[in-house]
Amino acid sequence: MAVTTATPSTARLDARTAPPLRVQLRRAERARKRNAILLIAPLLLFLLITFLIPIAQVLFRSIENPEVVETMPNLATAIDSWDGRELPPPAIVAAFAADLAAARDNKTVTRAAKRLNYSIPGYRSLLIKTARRLPPPDTPDLLAALAKIDKRWADRAYWTVLKRASTAHTLEYLLAAADLTYDTDGAVVEKPDHSAIYMTVLARTLWIAVAVTVLCLLLGYPIAYLLATLPTKYSNLLLLLLLLPFWTSLLVRTTAWVVLLQNQGVVNDLGIWLGLWNEPLQLVRNRTGVYIAMVHIMLPFMVLPLFSVMKGISPYHLKAAASLGASPLRAFLKVYAPQTLPGIGAGTLLVFIMTLGFYITPALVGGPKDQMLSYFIAFNAGTTVNWGMAAALSLMLMVCVCVFFAVYSRLIGVNNLRLG
Amino acid sequence: MRQVWTNTIIAAAGALAMAATGAADAAEKITVTSWGGSYSESQRKAFYEPFMAETGHTVLEDEWNGDLAKVRAMVETRNYQTHVIDAESGQLVAGCDEGLWEPIDYAKLGFGPDDFLAGAAHECGVGNISWSFIFAYDADQIPGAGPASWLDFWDVEEFPGKRGLRKQPKWNLEYALVADGVPFDKIYEVLGTEDGIARAFAKLDELRPHVIWYETSAQAPQLLADKEVVMTSAANGRIYTAIVNDNKNFRIVWNGQAMDFDFWVIPKGHPQADLAHDFIKFASRPDRMSDQTNYVSYGPLRKAAVKHVNPDILPHLPTAPANTKNWFKTDTQFWADNREALTERFNVWIAK
Repeated sequence: MAVTTATPSTARLDARTAPPLRVQLRRAERARKRNAILLIAPLLLFLLITFLIPIAQVLFRSIENPEVVETMPNLATAIDSWDGRELPPPAIVAAFAADLAAARDNKTVTRAAKRLNYSIPGYRSLLIKTARRLPPPDTPDLLAALAKIDKRWADRAYWTVLKRASTAHTLEYLLAAADLTYDTDGAVVEKPDHSAIYMTVLARTLWIAVAVTVLCLLLGYPIAYLLATLPTKYSNLLLLLLLLPFWTSLLVRTTAWVVLLQNQGVVNDLGIWLGLWNEPLQLVRNRTGVYIAMVHIMLPFMVLPLFSVMKGISPYHLKAAASLGASPLRAFLKVYAPQTLPGIGAGTLLVFIMTLGFYITPALVGGPKDQMLSYFIAFNAGTTVNWGMAAALSLMLMVCVCVFFAVYSRLIGVNNLRLG
Repeated sequence: MRQVWTNTIIAAAGALAMAATGAADAAEKITVTSWGGSYSESQRKAFYEPFMAETGHTVLEDEWNGDLAKVRAMVETRNYQTHVIDAESGQLVAGCDEGLWEPIDYAKLGFGPDDFLAGAAHECGVGNISWSFIFAYDADQIPGAGPASWLDFWDVEEFPGKRGLRKQPKWNLEYALVADGVPFDKIYEVLGTEDGIARAFAKLDELRPHVIWYETSAQAPQLLADKEVVMTSAANGRIYTAIVNDNKNFRIVWNGQAMDFDFWVIPKGHPQADLAHDFIKFASRPDRMSDQTNYVSYGPLRKAAVKHVNPDILPHLPTAPANTKNWFKTDTQFWADNREALTERFNVWIAK
């Protein structure tokens, strides 16, 4: 402070003529950044509106719980104070009956009924039946009157489910995606064995994705090497052959595999005719079919990045290694293979992430034990219209992809450093 | 591609009809969504084309596979791509609960529930056909006396070979109980108990090694034609058209089948709900309903239409006297309550 006041004239002079270079640079930098952002703004806006916001909205549905709160608002407030240890007090039962009567007149009972049915099967018809036969509001013992309509109203479980459904947000869908549920006292417990499914499906999905990725790498690496080392006129032709099925509709290719692989299909007929096997082999509607069809579909995604990386590797590297006394295998492993790592990284990443979300191929060529997570997302979204559950499963799949991507980019990053 | 052509042709036909009647100012475009294939063709001949000729409106066709997610997106964004949808009872009830269907105004239609078979006039939809989920076998693969009941379907000693079943709990659990000796009127009562569910799954367990599970109803006749299976469950109309149009030697077993209805529904909040009602009113006319049976073997649901059914097709209808000796009506309420829980259980069971 003292220093600046000591030389006021120079400081004022600078301010009048031109700002210091540092400030000028910063300003120019800022202007450039602003221009850059303005240039990509349309794209960002487009991504935000068509991609990020819808995804966020869908994922948010996994914790939204509006059905009961909106159809029975007074009950939702009243039941909040109930501890759920015994049957509810008359005030809450009265609020329930009044709200149910209002919902019946507004024709919104089914909305709440459907939500409650997720927690206890049969709640739907119970609520609809009760709404139809609701006793007059001045009935002295309302709870007993309800229990007379259906004895399930004397069961505390139906009331605690009602309480849990009466909050604006819920973890129920996310818990269900992890095969967990609430018991009557609100503790988180595992689902019974006969309905615990999603963890198995998740493990299966990951396993199929790993297997398809590894198979694609094993099959695609030699093809990519061949493409990269052949003279251009041959490699272009082969590349075209590789891409040809890539331009055909996924559905057509998948159906073609069913036709080829089924018991009376081309492959089995040919095999039996040649005497390779006697009985038709089960090649479709099981895991074998899923692997065959999915590897075929994903192969270009593995070959193309590998090919582009291999194309950039100078053939002199291998010759130099050989001239220094390395055996062909050693030269390949020590000199060539490490240089293809970025291609392997990109290829496996693409194949793995795309395979995780596969739906139509396993649905058509797979058996019931081969359905992946997307199948269940589609089932919940389209057939039962349980979008909370569909969103929870989507979130689970997305978290898997993100975790995988984070781990992967860290690993590949390390590899790249070692290469450099 | 074929669909596009069909649409174009229909639009062109509509335009011509419009020009001919000079009703251009009142003409509207109405989109009707149905299940495609021979079923849509029967609707085109019995409903869409006569509707266009009579009113001057243009009917555009769309197809769906029962996916309610699209309907929900349509209703939530108020961006309607269709006026009227042909829905199965499962979609009718699920969508009605979810508030996806416009309530039907029977006053506008000029008829009431009494004009229909029981259960066919719903608050959210008007019934159009009855269809049956039967089982059929390929007489080329099973010559001589074929299977005649669900008991035979389960009998892999007498009738060796794979069976096709649709990959869903609905109807398979019922059939399993029927094969296990449960009388038709007790099916849903038994299935409503934990023991009954376990019993149905245990019966399915017996057949499991011999089952090929299919995903969509169009796959059933295909499996039979490809000789992947010797017998399969299927919608009766699909098998009928395979027999009549493709000369397949299939036989339908009318014993212990489930009957279900299809319904016309309107997406909730549609700005042209009146137009949609007009179409449903037209398609529910007894003469139109009975005309449909000339093209497909599904039964009309309006009582007055039943009388005028083409006698040639009568023996093939789910409602024909010969076919309704041993059958049960699908309990849509039961499935609305239990679909999710039983599907979850079915998926766990099937993956074991």
